[in-house]
Amino acid sequence: MVFFYGLSKPTMNHRRSWPGESKFLGFVYLLPALVIYLVFILYPIFETFRLSFYDWKGFGSKPTLIYLQNYQEILQKGQFLSALSHNLVFIAFYSLLPILIGLILASLLGRRALPGMAFFRTGLFLPQILSMVVVGVVWRWIFNPAFGPLNMMLKSIGLTWLALPWLGDSTWALPSVGLIGSWVQYGFCMVLFLSGMQRIQPELYEAAELDGANEIQQFFFITLPGLRPELGVALITTVIAALRVFDLVYVTTRGGPGDATLVTSFLVYRSAFQQNRVGYAAAVATILTAIILVVSFLITRYQSKSEV
Amino acid sequence: MSGAARSMQLLPNYLLLTIFLLIVLLPILGITLSAFKTDAEIVAGPFSLPSEWSLDAFKRAWTVGHFNQYFRSSTIVSTAVVIASTFLSILSGYAFGVMRFPLQRLVYFVMLIGFMVPFEAVVIPLYHIMNRFGLTDSYWALILPQIGQSISFGTLWMTSTFLSMPQELIDASALDGCNRWQSLWRVLFPISKPAVFTLVVLFFMWTWNEFLLALVMVQQESLRTLPVGLAFFQGRYTSDIPLMAAGSLIVAGPIILIYILFQRFFIKGLMGGAVKG
Repeated sequence: MVFFYGLSKPTMNHRRSWPGESKFLGFVYLLPALVIYLVFILYPIFETFRLSFYDWKGFGSKPTLIYLQNYQEILQKGQFLSALSHNLVFIAFYSLLPILIGLILASLLGRRALPGMAFFRTGLFLPQILSMVVVGVVWRWIFNPAFGPLNMMLKSIGLTWLALPWLGDSTWALPSVGLIGSWVQYGFCMVLFLSGMQRIQPELYEAAELDGANEIQQFFFITLPGLRPELGVALITTVIAALRVFDLVYVTTRGGPGDATLVTSFLVYRSAFQQNRVGYAAAVATILTAIILVVSFLITRYQSKSEV
Repeated sequence: MSGAARSMQLLPNYLLLTIFLLIVLLPILGITLSAFKTDAEIVAGPFSLPSEWSLDAFKRAWTVGHFNQYFRSSTIVSTAVVIASTFLSILSGYAFGVMRFPLQRLVYFVMLIGFMVPFEAVVIPLYHIMNRFGLTDSYWALILPQIGQSISFGTLWMTSTFLSMPQELIDASALDGCNRWQSLWRVLFPISKPAVFTLVVLFFMWTWNEFLLALVMVQQESLRTLPVGLAFFQGRYTSDIPLMAAGSLIVAGPIILIYILFQRFFIKGLMGGAVKG
């Protein structure tokens, strides 16, 4: 739930007040939503930021102001950086791979409308609506070393040596969880780009062909620029999903084996609610939020350039 | 070109789409079949058919696994969040999209922050605040923050919906003697129904699938929602595949059903402003 295309929306200045109406009437309509939002979202965000400068063990203990020590620890000890590097690996699986698949398919199939596309769209989109807990349970079954379909299949075709304990192996756990993310996201990217292709005028391709442009040139000079708005949405949605991933890791590996699949949001949860290091957790959450905001901002800027 | 020749030409395209569609659908098909099998039949392979379509795993999940309680919690929380968030989003979207008031743009920007910020940034202090007021281990701890985050998106969505409506329509309702409240519900709301319904569908999906908040706020088992219930359940019954499969289907079933009925709204909502810039 992360595309915020509204930021660059037109101003509200073309609206008029009605005669005899208080200029504060708008606040009356806004108030109930604003109060709930301020109390349960905005105030806690500020509190997270404030707590990040404290050492606090949680209940019954007093917070001690330690200024930047939590941030110092984050930068000096490897745990946070290793968690963040796992998020970066997830970006490759959540974002790059699905976008690549989506682009290739869109440029192969997208130039003409395919009858029956609605049927494929419904199916390809399905993982987007599923609870990530359900997705995790399904894939834990598939990856199960003893009776999972993947290893059963590998053994039946003679690849017994490849039948690894995927989620329990410190080398393979991270890419295995990442592939689950690719499974969730690629249909979304395909649907997005295929519908974007319908907007690109066929005359552009015809003209390019007349000028002697080959398929690859057409891709880089027509398809890619034409899909810029869709690319923006795909990037922002999938990159943020990769940065925020929590449910899937909780269900499939709990960050393990060792810390092989520890990601930033799981580090927040573990520090705050299992190890009672509330201040440290708040500092990690603050940095994660900052990263997400910066990334969203950059992608939105890239995207809005095409919507002048 | 004849119809048959055209179809032949499109065949590779359909083949390619079918392969990618199968990669999505086969895991879901496999887990669905597993829910109806016995332990012995599981070993026969993921796509073997059960000899008899047994509902035993569903019954066990529902009663022994307490999915009846989780289902009740999820239904209560989702219903409350969807109704409250939709109503409040319509009101605040109306304020931003149709009226003028001081500090309008600043407040609008502040409300958008909540939509960009992940729950991870909220949940730590929220837990301690809720605890101080004795609200952890209650539905309130799941409902109120979820409303807070939903209306952030809802305000954005409804504002742009109302902004797209012509000023003449709003003025005409004033000339007809409507006040602001009547103008909203009698004139603007009826023509905004598709946008409102998209919002309803998205709110429901997000709330039904929400995990972190429910994991942190609620310890008492009877208050757990379906995703949290399923996550704990899997910790205990990892090797009982039919049971896990049935549990997954109970969690995913209602969403899939609504998705199949109203998929147009899901896709429109999730693809957001991309398609119509």
